Amino acid sequence: MAARGGLLGLVLLLLVGAVPRGLGLYFHLGETERRCFIEEIPDETMVIGNYRTQLYDKQREDYMPATPGLGMFVEVKDPDDKVILSRQYGSEGRFTFTSHTPGEHQICLHSNSTKFSLFAGGMLRVHLDIQVGEHANDYAEIAAKDKLSELQLRVRQLIEQVEQIQKEQNYQRWREERFRQTSESTNQRVLWWSIVQTLILVAIGVWQMRHLKSFFEAKKLV
Amino acid sequence: MDGAPRPAALPRRRPAGRAGGAELTFELPESARQCFHEPLQRGLKFTLDFQVITGGHYDVDCYVEDPNGKTLYKEAKKQYDSFSHRAEVAGVYTFCFSNEFSTFSHKTVYFDFQVGDEPPILPDMSHRVTALTQMESACVTIHEALNTVIDSQTHYRLREAQDRSRAEELNHHVSYWSVGETVLLLVVSVTQVMLLKSFFTETRATTGAVST
Repeated sequence: MAARGGLLGLVLLLLVGAVPRGLGLYFHLGETERRCFIEEIPDETMVIGNYRTQLYDKQREDYMPATPGLGMFVEVKDPDDKVILSRQYGSEGRFTFTSHTPGEHQICLHSNSTKFSLFAGGMLRVHLDIQVGEHANDYAEIAAKDKLSELQLRVRQLIEQVEQIQKEQNYQRWREERFRQTSESTNQRVLWWSIVQTLILVAIGVWQMRHLKSFFEAKKLV
Repeated sequence: MDGAPRPAALPRRRPAGRAGGAELTFELPESARQCFHEPLQRGLKFTLDFQVITGGHYDVDCYVEDPNGKTLYKEAKKQYDSFSHRAEVAGVYTFCFSNEFSTFSHKTVYFDFQVGDEPPILPDMSHRVTALTQMESACVTIHEALNTVIDSQTHYRLREAQDRSRAEELNHHVSYWSVGETVLLLVVSVTQVMLLKSFFTETRATTGAVST
């Protein structure tokens, strides 16, 4: 019992240790299934996505790294529904894009498998990690490139964070304006349609009376 | 529900970022359930925040299970919530969002799954033996404060997205209802006149038949 517990612990340690930091979270994807994620971001914001796939191996009854032939199709659409990234990556990949318009960007993933037997009725396990804005920065790389000391790097991180806050605030102002426009449009529509409907009601009433009056006069009942 | 003021979800004060986990917004189709899994070590504290952004009544079912299948958290039809737990068992933890109670409204759900503490920006920083200088302490304080600001912004962004979604829905409903009601009004009034005319026309025909 203790040996099994120890073995399980070891396996788990290997499992957790083997997974690159940040790629812990995973979900299951069917063969023809398409999973979409939405990122609402301000403009000029970099987004980095990392994913790793595993395929269920019936013989070993476990998930093993997928065959190199099995890739994932990544498609990114901007808020205007224009495709800004549409590429196929391998079983393990990293995609990057920078937003040029603020708003909801849609990141869609689906496998490129055309042979339905490839999955053998199983599911694909996809580990995914999406980093946005300041979180996407690789500080080790920045420190090496600009030769920054530890303190300078910390300050650099603060500057990046403040820039992200500024961008988000500008985006917030833009969103609030859209919201206000929608509310004002609703207000206008309610007012306009109330007036129009009252007029239609009155006009129909008048038409009904005149029409019936002429009808009855023709029938010599009035 | 719409009349009463909604209690605002408090901005969470996380311990400055995360080591694992993810922050994702995904689409949940009607009558569907989507699950996410994360392997965790024993003793790690994790927090799951979720909020429904668009769709239907802006609610979703959510449950969290530990590696042994024990339900740690289970709520139905929640608009937003936050759940914290310290992992007692090492293994794969599962959390699922279900829209199975809804037959025609697909939802957009945001969740933020945070695990543990934020790692330092340089790996060497964790091997530090001396205490932090005043400058470095100040930097750390500012960094944590900025993290709170960013969290707050995320919170407001989600609320705004939800409110805007409702406002746009209202706008559409007003349009459809106006057009629909005008059409209905015209149809009803014309039918009334036709029907009334038909009563008098029938009576004349019957009277004519009787007299001959």
